[in-house]
Amino acid sequence: MIAIAPVQDEMLCSGHAACPGCIDALAARHILAAMGPDTMAVIPPSCMAIIAGPQPMSSLKIPVYQPTLESSAAAASGLRRALDAQGKRDTQVLVLAGDGGTYDIGFQCLSSAAERNEDILYVCLDNEGYMNTGAQKSSSTPHFARTGSTPSGKLSRKKNMVEIMAAHGIPYVATASASHLADLRYKVEKAKAIRGTRFITVLIPCLDGWGLPDDAGLTAARYAVESGAFPLYEIEDGARVTLNVTARPRPVADYLALQRRYRGMAEADVATLQAEVDAAWEALERRAAAGAAAPA
Amino acid sequence: MDAIAKSARGATQLLTGNEAVAWGARLARPQVCPVYPITPQTPVLETLTAFQAEGTFDAEIITPESEHSVMSACIPASLAGTRVFTATASQGLLLMHELLHYASGARAPIVMANVNRTVASPWAFWPDQTDSLAQRDTGWVQLYVESAQEALDSVIQAFRVAEQALLPVMVSLDAFYVSHAMEPVDVPAQADVDAFLPPFAPERRLDTAQPSSWGNVVSQDMYYRHRQAIEEAMARVPALLAQADGDWQRRFGRGWGVVERYRCDGAQAVVVTMGSMCGTARVAVDDMREAGLPVGLVKVRLFRPLPVAALRAACAGVRDVVVLDRNHSPGAGGVLHQELRAALYGTTNAPRIHGLLAGVGGVNVPPRKIAEFVREARDSEPRPESVWVR
Repeated sequence: MIAIAPVQDEMLCSGHAACPGCIDALAARHILAAMGPDTMAVIPPSCMAIIAGPQPMSSLKIPVYQPTLESSAAAASGLRRALDAQGKRDTQVLVLAGDGGTYDIGFQCLSSAAERNEDILYVCLDNEGYMNTGAQKSSSTPHFARTGSTPSGKLSRKKNMVEIMAAHGIPYVATASASHLADLRYKVEKAKAIRGTRFITVLIPCLDGWGLPDDAGLTAARYAVESGAFPLYEIEDGARVTLNVTARPRPVADYLALQRRYRGMAEADVATLQAEVDAAWEALERRAAAGAAAPA
Repeated sequence: MDAIAKSARGATQLLTGNEAVAWGARLARPQVCPVYPITPQTPVLETLTAFQAEGTFDAEIITPESEHSVMSACIPASLAGTRVFTATASQGLLLMHELLHYASGARAPIVMANVNRTVASPWAFWPDQTDSLAQRDTGWVQLYVESAQEALDSVIQAFRVAEQALLPVMVSLDAFYVSHAMEPVDVPAQADVDAFLPPFAPERRLDTAQPSSWGNVVSQDMYYRHRQAIEEAMARVPALLAQADGDWQRRFGRGWGVVERYRCDGAQAVVVTMGSMCGTARVAVDDMREAGLPVGLVKVRLFRPLPVAALRAACAGVRDVVVLDRNHSPGAGGVLHQELRAALYGTTNAPRIHGLLAGVGGVNVPPRKIAEFVREARDSEPRPESVWVR
């Protein structure tokens, strides 16, 4: 058991509208606390927009601008430049978007913002599908997962957003998981100290969308990391790879067994998924080792 | 004379409509300018970036991957309390459509120049106002200008009206006829423009010192009241524009009006149109007046909100109103024709309204043709539908 220091200076108020047991709110609470009050949030339509609350209420103690679903990174760019024009260069612009708004419909403007290296921290709260509309597939949905639009299981693999973002050569790209809060806090604080486009995708198991009991969100998030299905790593300046959790004690089958979205998977498919995870993990290990061995 | 000295003193320069737009924007001192290139608007972008490169324009210029992202960036930049300018045309404006609604809903006083160009398909690059007229329900104030001088003046006036009404304003100029034609333009001195247009200082804005949010879900009642407030703001626009234009006239010696009446005294027929077509219609009116025909021109400068009272006054006592539409709304005909019919419906001795689809797709409409249209209209019964003429 790892002890996590309690959140100081709460930026997310209680009484918000997240589903019971939802760990999106838990992750947001830690992210917002790390960012502090001199921050503006950009939150497109997503679970996080629901958590942020209906007018005239807001569960966040910082200003929130809700753009259209596909325009978060462009909106954040506009906000960033307005702050720059006002001399408020230290104010952080934080995007809290879902995977639909990031991997899919918001991808074009995110790539453009990264190409311009806009000074924003873009956090994708990645629950691997359109969970706010009742669980349909996004391009973040993993291979074989069942959703409302893939009732027999998704035929293609999860888009590798981390590598795509890293390929822009932006200063900081990372994965994080709500199950590893110390690591999440570390990454948000590290990203906060960097200027330029920073991207963190945080795995958020969706209780309803993944078919998990109300108390199983964190377990699923932890199993995702421990099985290597969702490795925790960083890529700095598009090149330096750091694997943050190097042990991989679980087979993917343990992770799949927790979730109804993988119900009835054929053994051959489980083996296929295990092989995919193994190959990705080994490639990451090689790159992390190469980075560690390379001269500074 | 270098550019900085010119700006300080004011000077006449030979400018295209696009360059005049860029000068208007520069003099208005916007702080954020997201912009994406598209024919025939590109010279606006390039003039602004050239100003920035020479050190005479210090706005944050953002160059996103699409017009959609341009408008997406404009809105929160405006809500943060900065003055925001952009420019687009045709397909670019259509791509922004969703965000045009978003901008007016957010009460973001963005000013945007739009170069009126045909919409695809098929591809074409000619003057045609369908692009911006198709945005008439998006909550943007719309101005249509006739010349490079009017383009420059209108961009600056637009900021004043936008920031008073808290509504975005679009200034449209016809492709090539205005955007690329050069004419001598009086470029006012910076200090004189500063005296006309105070810095943008909105009471409410996105600010970490006073945290508040924009865009969260609202109830039916809140939404209803929000739309009412937008309508009330729109209703103030004709007076705000008249005021801004009057002040402009006092300071700079020229004004453009909300609706301009050209040689309308005693007119039995008036031509009603917008944009560059007005220049041609002036020549036609002069020719007809010289031939003894009592014909005038009513130029619609403010199209949204439609200045109904001014149009009713301009058309009162006139027998024939001849509307020239350089646009096409399939199934409805000419947009200005339909708008005029609605505006004049129910007035006492309402004029006979003839709607002509003239110049659609950039087809040339010379003065003699306009005179011909007026004579034909005078001698025929008006039809409810718009008529194709060339």
